[in-house]
This record gives sequence, structure tokens and C-alpha cells, in this order.
Amino acid sequence: MANDSGILSYGAYLPRRRLQRKSIAAANSWFAPGLRSLAKGERAMANWDEDTVTMAVEAARDCLAGLPPPEVEQLMLASTTHPYDDRQNSAIVAGALRLPSSLRVLDVTGSQRAGTSALISALAGGGKALVTAAEHRLAKAASPQEMHFGDGAAALLVGRGKPIARLIGSHSETVDFVHQFRSGERAHDYVWEERWIRDEGYMKLVPAALAELFRATGVAPAAVTHFCMPCTLSRVAPGVAKRAGIAEGAVRDTLAAVCGDTGAAHPLLLLAHALAQAKAGDLIAVAAFGQGCDALLFEVTDAIGALPPRGGVDGALARRKEETNYLRFLAFNDHIALERGMRAEADKGTPLTTLYRNRDMVTGLVGGRCRTCGTPQYPRGRYCVNPKCNALDSQDDQPFSETRAKVMSYTGDALTYSADPPAYYGMIEFDAGGRMMADFTDVDEGKVEVGMPMRMMFRVKEHDTVRGFVRYFWKAAPV
Amino acid sequence: MATGIRDKVAILGMGCSKFGERWDRNAEDLMVEAFEECMLDAGIERNQIEAAWFGTAIEEQHVGKSGVPLAMTLRLPYIPVTRVENYCATGTEAFRGAVYAVASGAVDIALALGVEKLKDTGYGGLPQRGRGGLNNMFWANISAPGSFAQLAAAYRVKHRVDPKDLKRAMAHISVKSHDNGALNPKAHLRNKITEDDVMNAPMIADPLGLYDCCGVSDGSACAIVTTPDIARGLGKKDLIGVKAIQLAVSNGQEAQFGEWDGSYFATTRVAAGRAYKEAGIDDPRKRISMFDVHDCFSVTELVTMEDLGISQEGKAIGDVLDGFYDASGKIPCQIDGGLKCFGHPIGASGLRMIYEMYLQLNGRAGERQRPDPVLGMTHNLGGFPSQNVSAITIVGRYGA
Repeated sequence: MANDSGILSYGAYLPRRRLQRKSIAAANSWFAPGLRSLAKGERAMANWDEDTVTMAVEAARDCLAGLPPPEVEQLMLASTTHPYDDRQNSAIVAGALRLPSSLRVLDVTGSQRAGTSALISALAGGGKALVTAAEHRLAKAASPQEMHFGDGAAALLVGRGKPIARLIGSHSETVDFVHQFRSGERAHDYVWEERWIRDEGYMKLVPAALAELFRATGVAPAAVTHFCMPCTLSRVAPGVAKRAGIAEGAVRDTLAAVCGDTGAAHPLLLLAHALAQAKAGDLIAVAAFGQGCDALLFEVTDAIGALPPRGGVDGALARRKEETNYLRFLAFNDHIALERGMRAEADKGTPLTTLYRNRDMVTGLVGGRCRTCGTPQYPRGRYCVNPKCNALDSQDDQPFSETRAKVMSYTGDALTYSADPPAYYGMIEFDAGGRMMADFTDVDEGKVEVGMPMRMMFRVKEHDTVRGFVRYFWKAAPV
Repeated sequence: MATGIRDKVAILGMGCSKFGERWDRNAEDLMVEAFEECMLDAGIERNQIEAAWFGTAIEEQHVGKSGVPLAMTLRLPYIPVTRVENYCATGTEAFRGAVYAVASGAVDIALALGVEKLKDTGYGGLPQRGRGGLNNMFWANISAPGSFAQLAAAYRVKHRVDPKDLKRAMAHISVKSHDNGALNPKAHLRNKITEDDVMNAPMIADPLGLYDCCGVSDGSACAIVTTPDIARGLGKKDLIGVKAIQLAVSNGQEAQFGEWDGSYFATTRVAAGRAYKEAGIDDPRKRISMFDVHDCFSVTELVTMEDLGISQEGKAIGDVLDGFYDASGKIPCQIDGGLKCFGHPIGASGLRMIYEMYLQLNGRAGERQRPDPVLGMTHNLGGFPSQNVSAITIVGRYGA
């Protein structure tokens, strides 16, 4: 691999709510007393308007923060919970990021290894690629998975440039070891016994993959400074490290206490976390388990110090709201039949012709800027909105998604149907000009005020449950 | 040079159904109820009506589209019937069509009728409505109270008003309207309320509580208009003339351009200025005898009284709390109880407002009668503060 190739940037995203595991246990331990032993810490919990696509967009935005627009040749979205089976999910992400149509996209799925497999493929391709991985896994009430899982996303920009980490090598082992599966229309995983997964799965397959990785690269395992391996079973990562010859001190925290396991995204999330804390010369090993193992070895470069500041995993963890209402979690994930009222019955159909014609406006939040008078406006009109101008077809594309805004007027509406009432929305004014009436998201009741700074976030606008369509748009969230 | 419509058209008759939860009546029944009263008042035969305008907004809800439901229900004799819709200003829009037809000389006698049957939805508040394919993709998840509630936030910040003072003034507005509505047999809500009731009511859209919101009702109202000469020829004395009808419709400046601050109605200011000019009124605070404004929400009324130029900008709270707009005040506002007590059957509301002005000017307002009114002004608003239709009508004694 060329010397100027590797990981160029990283980003992460976690939903703001953190469901307290003691709240899950309090609700369910009457049925499953064993949950009490898991009732520690918290897990990231997607808002009702978040899914794999929206979280991938936010992680990608974090990844691209402060960088000149990269000439991305490929975009991947790795997940086992893509909202669509037949509609390229990564194409939606590309639209939200306003990437040019000259782009290869790929949804990578089918395994907890999807994230690392996408990364290995992107690194091997050589071109500039944005690898995103996100997961919004459902789990049955009172299951250990409900405790272990977390929702979140990570993104890595790879290719030629000034890499912050170079790939020294990777190795994959593929074995149809079925520790869990989810098929067809099933919403939840079916999981085999933990002891077998630990002894025959992790403890055998991962060390074997790592051994081949170290043999092929000629790197001594003891030289590894960061070992990233997601695993929800206790004490397995140190056991694997020991068997592979990696120092115990190199084993990184799996974020189990503060985030939970984000599935296919988790190896990349742990890698992003390691990159944020690594210094030049550090060696990062990543292992992802699932029908075998992906193992990757990176060397951190001097360029790590020059990467523009970003939120990363720590930023995502710091943007936190404690959630103790387990019923809200069930409702957001459609696990209980709430009486949503007749207002929720309104038809939320999306005319696909209209969406296509206006895809940059809707998915990309692109408005116009008048060449004649300079007025930014959303949405774009054929005539400029400035009454002193009104020029025809005078507007260049003006993206608003990366522009900060301030609240001009607002309300918390208890009448309109919302999955999380009251629905907050209001007029926002963009700092660079232009305004729109926007839904707000991730706000706290009673904490909104005129003048409050906001940023735009890509979210689910409507779930069309009649047709199974998810409609996305941008909402304003507190900075 | 256009001369406007001042006194070119006289109201020959008006009618208004009982507003309320008319569970046992179809929209067609309400239309007949208003029409029968109107025809009796006008003293003409059905075949003297030469053109009609039919105002209804959410027609999917009850009668269906087009002018046909009006012609069918009233058995109108193969005359032109135009169905109009202009958000919640639909009633005034129907009136405008009939008045303009007479003013133009195209017809001698024209009918305007508005109706809405809202209480067939199964839930409270206005029915959910489609906004159009593209609008649904980017418009916020707004309800009517939620869009108007934002006026309060912007107004309070702009004028540095304590939220409690604003809420108290809003409460006074609702209490006053209930006092008036209690005296009106056609009103939906006829109970008196207290400021504490308003302040402590459940929140609908912050800061609007239940009693800051108007009712939701079924109802119909109608008018028959003609020229002053024909009205006299039909034996009418003390004519009620139409002094002005003005609409202003948002073009995106509020919602998309940088000047509007969210605390007022840009359209109402424009429409009011044009209406005063059309009616030849220089000092409305001295000349207008009474108002019926679009009090869909208490804060709308408060802000509107500034936009109409009656209270100074930022000073409406003082006028409201001083009782300036009470029934016993200098210029009563919502003397009939307003939308607050009538509810808001959309197509009917604009005509219902004019109906009260007409009763008052004719001395037929019963317990609510004001001494010797000369000019009455209605304000009928559709849409949201950021994009709306503002419709203003001034009626008064002929020649005044």
C-alpha cells in the first residue's frame, strides 16, 4: 500500500438519550431476574426520528468536519439494520451529504463484521472512500441484548492524502459460526449459549485471525498499543489479547458502560475512539467477530496532530441526556401499542416524483442564493423573495445544512401528533441569512428560548407505516 | 383610476345559523338555516339571485368540491355559483366575490354563503389537512395553535414583556369574549370564564392553553348584497353599505426574507391601511365603532389590535387590561363572542363576523346592542403568522 494512503479522518455519532440499564432491569426483572446483574451503566438510545441512515449521516458530517469537500469516489454504509432492503441506503446518505452523483455506493450488511469488511474493501480499493457504519438494533423486552445493545454510528474517510493512520495489514477468517442470527422479517436476533460463543467462537477464531495478521505483517503483538475488539461477553477481550500476545494494557474499553454495543458500527466506533486518543507511532489493532473474524492493524502517523477538531466518540458521549423512562424506549422502538390518537392516522404518503424533482431541496437542504441581490432563501423559488429584487431564475444552490441558526420564534405543541410530545418547532434564522419554519429535535421541554443557537440535523420526518416508506428531512437541534 | 367599493354595494339581508356541535345536522341543514333567515331579511325571491359565491375550506370533510353543493342545496335557478377557498379567510372571500359582482354592475343581486361542518372528525381541534406533496416534505409539523403560539414568543422578546403579563392580557381577552358570547343565543360557548380558568387551563401549544384557543364548531352564515338603489327600491331604509374589503396575501417575505420578526402580521398591516383608505377613514381609533377580529387564539387578537393601528405597537397589553376592548370599553372587540365563543367553521366565520356588525348597525343585537354604532370592521385571517391571508371588511351606515 502506498505511503500516502490510509485513514484520513474519523467521525462518530451517538444518539443523545442514554437509557439507564437499571430502568430496564426495574421493569423486567420480575420476569428475568438475571437482568439485575446487567443493570449497570447506560446505553445509547436512538430518538424516535433516528435510524441507521440518519446516524450514518451525522457520523459522516463529524468525519468531514473542518475538511475541504473531499472528492469521494465511494460511499459505503455498513449495518444489519438498514431501513430499506431495496433502496440504496447509502444513496440517501450521499444525498444528505450532497455528494456528487458521480459516486459508487454500497450497502454492506449480513454480519457484525459488516463495518470492518467495508473498511478493508475501501482501503484495498485505493480511491477516496467514505465508510460509514451505523446500527439501530431492536431487541426483545427482557432480553440480555436489550441491555447490551446501543445505537450509534461511526465514519472513516480513507484513501490518498495525509493519512492519520496507515493500514499495515489485514486478515479475514470466514467460518460459518452461528452465534446469533436474524432472518427474513424477524425483528430480533436468535442467540445461542454465551459459554459456547466465548470458548469456541471468540477465544478460537479471533486469536487465529490475529496470529495470521501478525505473521503476515511481521509486527510483534506486544507492540500493539490499542486493541479494539467489541464483545458483550465479560472478560473475553483481555482473554483474546492474552492468547494473541497483545499486552493487557492495550485492550481498549468497549464503551459498554456508557454506550452499549453498536453492532456492525462498533469496531469502527472503537477505532475512531482510539484514533482520537492515539499519538504518532501508535499501533492500533481492530478485531471484529461474526462468522469468522476481520483483523486490521494500523500505524498512527504524525498527521494525527493536524486533523481539525471534531466531536468524535468523546464529543458524542458528552452530548448526553439521561433517560430513565423504559416505556419511552419501548414506544420509540414500536414495541408497545400506544394509543396514538386519530391525528396519527393522517396519510403520510410520499409522491416519489415530487421527491425526485426536489431531492436536493429535501434531502440536501439546498435552497437558493440570489446572484442579483445576494439574498439566501429556502426553499428556492423561481423568483427571488427579496421584494426589491424579485429576479427570475437568479439563484445559485445554497446549502443550509452546515449553517448555524438561531431560534426566532417557537412553541411546544401538545396538539399536533408527535411520537415524543410536545412537538417543538419554530422559525429559525440562519446566521448567514435565510430562514425556515423547522421542526426541532433533541430539545428539552421548557429549555427552548428565542435566540438559542441551533444546528441542522438529518432526521426521519415521517414513518409511512401504510407503505413502509421512511421520509427524511432536516431538523434544528440545540448546538 | 380605481375608486374602490365604498358604498357602491348595500347589504340586503343576512343570516346565520346557530353555531355549535350540531351533531344532528348536516352541512346542508346549516346552509338552509342561514339562507332562510337571510332570505326573510332580504325580502326577495330565490329567482332574484343572479350569482352566488360559496365559501368552504375543508370540503372533503362535508359537502365536496365546486359550486354544485350550494346550487343543489338551495335549489338555485341555474345561476353562476363559484366555490372559493382562501384558508380561514374563506368566508370573507365569498363575500368579496358577491360584493364585487354587484359593484361591477354585472349583476343586481348576489349571494355569499359560507359553511363548515368540522365536528365529523372524531377528535378535537381543526381537522388534519393535506398541505400538498412538496410542502409535506419540508413544512414543520405545525398545528394551528402551534403556529400562532409563536407570535407570543416573538412578541414577548421584541417588546421585553414579562411572560406572565402577556399571559394575563391574553386571559383577559378570552374572559371578555366569553362575557360577550354568554349574551349571544347563536354562540357555541355561552359560559363565562375567569382569568384563573384561562391561566390554569391545560397547555395546548406553549404558551397557549385551552382557553386561549377558539372553539371548533359547525356553522353557516350568508349575505345577500345589491346596489343601494335596488335596496331602497325593495323598501329598505337605513342602508348598511360596504365601505371596504381588502385582502393581503403573504408572498414569502415573512417566511423566507429577513425583515419580519415573527411578532406581528405583515399582511394585516397592509390590508388595514388599504381598507381605511378605501373607506375614507383617517383615524380608525376614533371612527370605528366596533371590531370583530380573527381571534383564533387570544394572542392573535392582541397582536391584531396593533396591526389594525388601534393600539400602538407594543401597547396592546395595556389597552386590553384597561378594558378598552371590553363590551363596556371605548371600542368593543368581539362583541358577539368572536371565534372564541362561536368556534371557527372555516367557510362561515368571515360572514359570521359581518353578520354581527350588520345586526349592531341595524339595532338588532339584543342584549349586546351598542349605542348608535356607525362603522364596524371585521378581520378574517387564514393561514399562519408566517404565511397567511388577511381579509378586512368595513361596513357601516350608508353615507357615513
